[in-house]
Amino acid sequence: MMYNKVVMDHFRNPRNVGTIEDADGVGEVGNPLCGDMMTIYLKVREERIDDIKFQTFGCGSAIAVSSMLTEIAKGKSLAEAKKITNKDVAIALEGLPKNKLHCSNLGADALQMAIRDYEDRKAGITRPQLKRKDEHEHSHGDKCYCPYCDVEIDDGVTFCEACQHDLKEEH
Amino acid sequence: MPDNGERGLRMKYVNLDHISSNPLLPDVKQAMIDAITHDYHNPSSQHKAGEEAAAALEKARGQVAGLLNADTPKEIVFTSGGTESVNHAIKGVAMANADKGKHIVTTNIEHNAVIRSLRRLKSDGFTVTSLSVDTQGRVNPRDVADAITPETILVSVMHSNNETGTLQPVEEIARIARDKKVLFHTDAVDSVGIVPFDVKKIGADLVSFASNTFYGPTGVGGLYIRRGVKIFPLFDGGVQENNKRAGAENLVGIIGMGVAAEIAARDIDRRYAYLKSLKDMFLRELPQALDEVIINTHPVHSLPHLVSASVRYIEGESVMLMLDDEGFGVSTRSACATGSLRASHVLLSIGLSHEDAQGTLVIAFGIDNTPEDVERFLKALKTVVTTLREISPLYKKASGGK
Repeated sequence: MMYNKVVMDHFRNPRNVGTIEDADGVGEVGNPLCGDMMTIYLKVREERIDDIKFQTFGCGSAIAVSSMLTEIAKGKSLAEAKKITNKDVAIALEGLPKNKLHCSNLGADALQMAIRDYEDRKAGITRPQLKRKDEHEHSHGDKCYCPYCDVEIDDGVTFCEACQHDLKEEH
Repeated sequence: MPDNGERGLRMKYVNLDHISSNPLLPDVKQAMIDAITHDYHNPSSQHKAGEEAAAALEKARGQVAGLLNADTPKEIVFTSGGTESVNHAIKGVAMANADKGKHIVTTNIEHNAVIRSLRRLKSDGFTVTSLSVDTQGRVNPRDVADAITPETILVSVMHSNNETGTLQPVEEIARIARDKKVLFHTDAVDSVGIVPFDVKKIGADLVSFASNTFYGPTGVGGLYIRRGVKIFPLFDGGVQENNKRAGAENLVGIIGMGVAAEIAARDIDRRYAYLKSLKDMFLRELPQALDEVIINTHPVHSLPHLVSASVRYIEGESVMLMLDDEGFGVSTRSACATGSLRASHVLLSIGLSHEDAQGTLVIAFGIDNTPEDVERFLKALKTVVTTLREISPLYKKASGGK
């Protein structure tokens, strides 16, 4: 089994699944092209995350990340929640397989977008649709990209010079 | 047996991943145990103990030749499995025939053993024409004819695809290659022993196959090399395997493969019919269990036991993991599960979107499965897919926020 017990627990029994109809903030990241998509819904009361729900299209790791993220964020003040990073989520899950870090660990990004959406709504700002994160070309045409840092690499290389990662698997 | 927690211990684990490997047939297992107990010597040794081992080796060669209907057992070379056979066929023919030309024709849906062997040859100055397939995953033989040039020395087209189960029109392609005096290799690793395969009827010059496809041991395979085909060995060393594959043979594995081949040849019609009955039952009942599933397997020209199904709006690895918890082993072609994080080249070649490719399961029935397994699997699949679609933001969007 590639996942540890904490990850499998959150995958098997994901916490806070669903949507919030009258959400105060919504954040959406990823794209099926890359493998994963996450949507985070927030209900904010007195600058605190009163309720949080998620929906995810993705692998075991992506679902576990979303679930853990909602557990970490629930009840936190917005100031505290803004400090949550993808790395924090991975640590709380006691580690993720390294080839999953790039694609599936997007929960904190979705949370940050949801918080910004909340703040924008409160301030009455309407932002143009943000360019979606996945429009980086992960697997277009014949080109090959490092699964860890997305730098273009030659097909068949076993080491990414940009991020110093071993590339044992096919990329 | 995978660790399924408490639930897994209370029920039978059902293997529906017979494309990755197969359990040993009881007779095969016994033959291998006997071979280990017998303590065979090296078949190349010229004393009595060696002769006895050589006789066991040649018996197995005869059994395998029978499965393929080869002219003579000499046309069979034992290898370490399908990957070695493919490497040998492609690189061996290329090295031996480079003076005639350096062009090879293949398809876009081959196994990595073919793709990467050809990639290696490209860096040695060979050129490769890779043909596309139609949305049902089949190559058009006319495209093969058009791709052949005076420089072409080899056409390599797989017999059955390991991801979709779709069979290629290899007889027609072999005829075209023969007419143009080009060698034809087919990667039949997933079909020999499952579908009737007659090298004379098909007209292939080289055929790669593997023992574990037909319930023999893993780590053993074979390469059929039609008499007269010019090919170099992949390994240099001794004169084993009629000078085509150096190295003392894996006799225990080969004996097991021989027995498995004999049983496959004897049982193939019954085996085919049984596997197809399980697959037909699954395909018949699937629409009642699930909506929005794309079947990637050719309705007629396909392996009798394999179904490739893209379950829309969810991702394959999470389906595979949840089914594992429910006691069913399947395989997935989702990018997330491959380690490459890229969608399958085969699924994109048949026109699937990245999104739909992500939800692709490969279900391969085996002779150890029963109709009850299929019934139970359909129920488990429905439960798992429903759970994951409830989590998926795509399903919500597709069903209009319901």
